[in-house]
Amino acid sequence: MEYLKQLTLILMAGVLVNNYVLQKFLGICPFLGVSKKFNQAFGMGIAVTFVMLVATAVTYPLYFYLLVPNKLEYLETILFILVIAALVQFVEIVLKKFIPALHAALGVYLPLITTNCAVLGVTLNNITDGYNFLESMISSLGVGIGFLLAMVLFAGVRSRIENCPAPECMKGLPVTLVAASIVSLAFLGFSGVFETLLA
Amino acid sequence: MKNNKLMLLLKGLILENPVLVLVLGTCPTLAMTNSVISALGMGVAATIVLICSNVVISALRKVIPDTVRIPCYIVIIAGFVTAVQLLMHAYLPSLYDMMGVYLALIVVNCIILGRAEMFASKNGVVDSAFDGLGMGLGFLLALLAMATVREVLGAATFAGYKIPFFNENGYYLPILTQAPGGFLVFGILIAIINKIGVNKGKEKRKQLAGCEGCPSAGICGKTACSETAELTANADQVSAPAGKEAEGGEA
Repeated sequence: MEYLKQLTLILMAGVLVNNYVLQKFLGICPFLGVSKKFNQAFGMGIAVTFVMLVATAVTYPLYFYLLVPNKLEYLETILFILVIAALVQFVEIVLKKFIPALHAALGVYLPLITTNCAVLGVTLNNITDGYNFLESMISSLGVGIGFLLAMVLFAGVRSRIENCPAPECMKGLPVTLVAASIVSLAFLGFSGVFETLLA
Repeated sequence: MKNNKLMLLLKGLILENPVLVLVLGTCPTLAMTNSVISALGMGVAATIVLICSNVVISALRKVIPDTVRIPCYIVIIAGFVTAVQLLMHAYLPSLYDMMGVYLALIVVNCIILGRAEMFASKNGVVDSAFDGLGMGLGFLLALLAMATVREVLGAATFAGYKIPFFNENGYYLPILTQAPGGFLVFGILIAIINKIGVNKGKEKRKQLAGCEGCPSAGICGKTACSETAELTANADQVSAPAGKEAEGGEA
């Protein structure tokens, strides 16, 4: 029971408190680039969550059964980025062959995920945080859902910004960033909620 | 000839500033600018990686097969990042702890892969080194500018030194050093840059924000992907009205 509570906390921390996009600034490029339309934002969010889960499932055993026994921990960055790049390609091929419908929906976003720092970030953070395999998977799931949540919320905010009369020089990216700042402010409030929950 | 090299340097510093004009590498820009020290660490680390990877990639540009060039670039960049990580862990442990995962994430910094793809793979070793230095310094400059605003207004300190009067009396806004402040200051900084000189940058941004500048272009294989299309659309949106205004001002 205690352990279940801990897992829930890891999950919720990933979704709300340590939201990668809004609190840790990871994965900002897709956040700003693909959040214009709700459908695109949702597709990107699902694709990232999926890749994060698969990437964690692969990099975690590789780290502990390949790098640690050979004392090669310092190679984690090189190994992880290569694994993620290969994995994204592999996932794309598999999806294309076996689930064409899903590939049609997510295919566009997959190549962009290779250079998404949130994916590399979550795999590295799972190792540094000392999570076991189950906790790592839960944490990746939480981070992925958090990314999805941020994308979807922000797509809604953005569709309203499009129609608002911003000052000339603020139009486009600057006003989007200011809006992101306000959404991020809302997420900052969750850290307080968590402190009371933990107490 | 020397003039040419100087131009390469200045281009990265001002005209094509990777952060403020090209809007690349936003993640470290936002994450590492809550204090001047971490911004300096990030800027210097990225500059070193950028120069080294540019030199190596440019030296190997005739050897690397075109079809697998992106994975090759990633391995080269990741190698240098690991070297910088190890050096920093050994000699600057406190900075290493402060930067945490973001140091490793230099690997996926769009600026570095973007310069490899756009410049180093087409130009000589010396030119690439200067390009790397210019772009790196441009990145450092933008980070320092942002960090100065955030730290001075957000904590009333500069590189850890307390600013008298403001610090003692609590005249500062802590929110600026936290996540929302990062987005806000970055947004305002880009708005200022737009106001000053986007008229000149319009064409340049259009041409640089195309697929060529996208690190995924090699894997992607399309002529226009959704992300760059969005970026270009954004750039147009940003520059078109500002351009109009500038013309109005002249009239």
